[in-house]
Amino acid sequence: MVELVQLLFAGLTTGAVYALVALGFTLIFQASEVVNFAQGEFVMLGGMVTVFAMKAGLPLPLAALLAVLVAVATGLLLHRLAIEPAKGATVVTLIIVTIGASILIRGLAQIVFDKQFHALPAFTGDEPIRLLGAAILPQSLWVLGGAAAIVLGLWLFMERTLLGKAVRATAANRLAAELVGIDTRVVLALAFAVSAAIGAVGGILVTPITLTSYAVGTLLALKGFAAAMLGGIGNPVGAVVGGLLLGLLESFAAGWISSTYKDGVAFLVILLVLFALPQGLLGRRAVERV
Amino acid sequence: MAPGTRTKLLVLGALGLVLLLVPLLLPSAFHLRVAALVWINAVAALGLALLMGLAGQVSLGHAGFMGIGAYATALGPKHLGLDPLLSMGAGILLAGALAFLVGRPILRLKGHYLAVATLGLGILVHLVLVSEVPTTGGPDGIQVPRLELFGIRLVGPELWYWITGITLLLAAWLALNLEDSSTGRALRALHDSEIAASVVGVDVARAKLVVFVIAAVYAALAGGLFALFNRFVTPDVAGFLRSIELVTMVVIGGMGSILGAVVGAALLTVLPQALTLFHDYEHAVLGLSIILFMVFLRQGIVPGLAALVTRRRPA
Repeated sequence: MVELVQLLFAGLTTGAVYALVALGFTLIFQASEVVNFAQGEFVMLGGMVTVFAMKAGLPLPLAALLAVLVAVATGLLLHRLAIEPAKGATVVTLIIVTIGASILIRGLAQIVFDKQFHALPAFTGDEPIRLLGAAILPQSLWVLGGAAAIVLGLWLFMERTLLGKAVRATAANRLAAELVGIDTRVVLALAFAVSAAIGAVGGILVTPITLTSYAVGTLLALKGFAAAMLGGIGNPVGAVVGGLLLGLLESFAAGWISSTYKDGVAFLVILLVLFALPQGLLGRRAVERV
Repeated sequence: MAPGTRTKLLVLGALGLVLLLVPLLLPSAFHLRVAALVWINAVAALGLALLMGLAGQVSLGHAGFMGIGAYATALGPKHLGLDPLLSMGAGILLAGALAFLVGRPILRLKGHYLAVATLGLGILVHLVLVSEVPTTGGPDGIQVPRLELFGIRLVGPELWYWITGITLLLAAWLALNLEDSSTGRALRALHDSEIAASVVGVDVARAKLVVFVIAAVYAALAGGLFALFNRFVTPDVAGFLRSIELVTMVVIGGMGSILGAVVGAALLTVLPQALTLFHDYEHAVLGLSIILFMVFLRQGIVPGLAALVTRRRPA
């Protein structure tokens, strides 16, 4: 029982980060049909900028704010300088553009920062909380709470604000959205900015637990992409479910099967799920028009 | 477009000419080594070009098959006492068999789902190579024995230049013939529309499976050649970045173009060698070059240049 709770919380914590990356994927995919493999770099920027801003003497809240701003600026530049000029290119070409962007951002981070691993102090101390005999880091609660707040905020934004409705309209039908006067370019830029901010917040929240370095983005992007596909791409609920599920799978695989193969178990399950449900868990069936 | 006999001869002639010219213009051992690497990568890119360009299916895990070919060549002699060449053959068979087994369920998937499934396959192969340290040597890699044929040791950059170059020429010839065959026509048809293709009697699942197995075999062949040529392999050969490099070769060169795959392989093999001049800026420049190529030459180099030439010619 103790072990179960322990693994459950570890899984939910990593799963929450995967869910945030997957949510970023989904947001950009909905607005533009682009699968943004640079999504993991926003998480990296969130952690790394906060670390270096704090080293320069800024207090944590200001450093975190700066990190989110840097990530948002990067997201907007990515959209303006790489995605928009490549408009109309094939899916594979766009995937390669975003992978090129992720290599570029990582390359720059390695020059601007360094190649070392860095940690952040936990927000509210390292004293574990006892729950049903298991020890839970307070930072885990920050990650879970932060992720929940972001999901809720995003839902309110999409459902209750005019701008959010414009994003959904663009996702549903770009041409129709343009016809009713929505500036889809602004919507796209917004999707990149919000995705970047979500990724950066995820990076800031999780760095006290997992450490960060210039290279953490790649694996996170792969896991986030896998989570988004597991849930069914283009579905925000699917992204969150997929992310949490992936985190739990990894945690239980590491605890009960083998920690070396925990990354493998996640991908094996995804292969099996896709064999049975080619559209992901919550995805809609695509219909090919002839 | 199906390549006619003339186009076929033109492509093979151009390749053969380059093959003859390179040693005359760049005779140093270093240049020949880089050129041999280009030919090896081109073999893998060719297979992927058939899968992506001809059939319109993407694979983000193709380096996994390369890894199987490379590690079979390395592990056969070490653990089973097999001849390296025989081990390489076994590796190619193994890669083909794996592709055959997983091909049907994987190729049912479309677009991004296909991308994530192939990605997962590649990551699983890479993970096994990294984790099974007693067998594979783990992340540090493993030595590959020298190839001997009829008691003669096959060493030296010049010899390997010709071994890899002629393999590429044969691989290109087979690829051109496949494009021209009934399977090639079936693949082009299902690339445009799977439903329309199946309505006119194309066995879509079978055609996709055939090209997937061929692409896997090409990648494993390239992996085996790489192991024998380099005499040392690490799990990087099967890594995600390797898979992305292969896809980028195909797209930068021009999807669906045999010559394009070779040009793309040349560019992505030579560029990192040249970029070592930039030291710390290597990755940043590589990422930037990929973006610029994709944005400004999105059809790829070979089709892009071909379009320029035909536009200039008066109609």
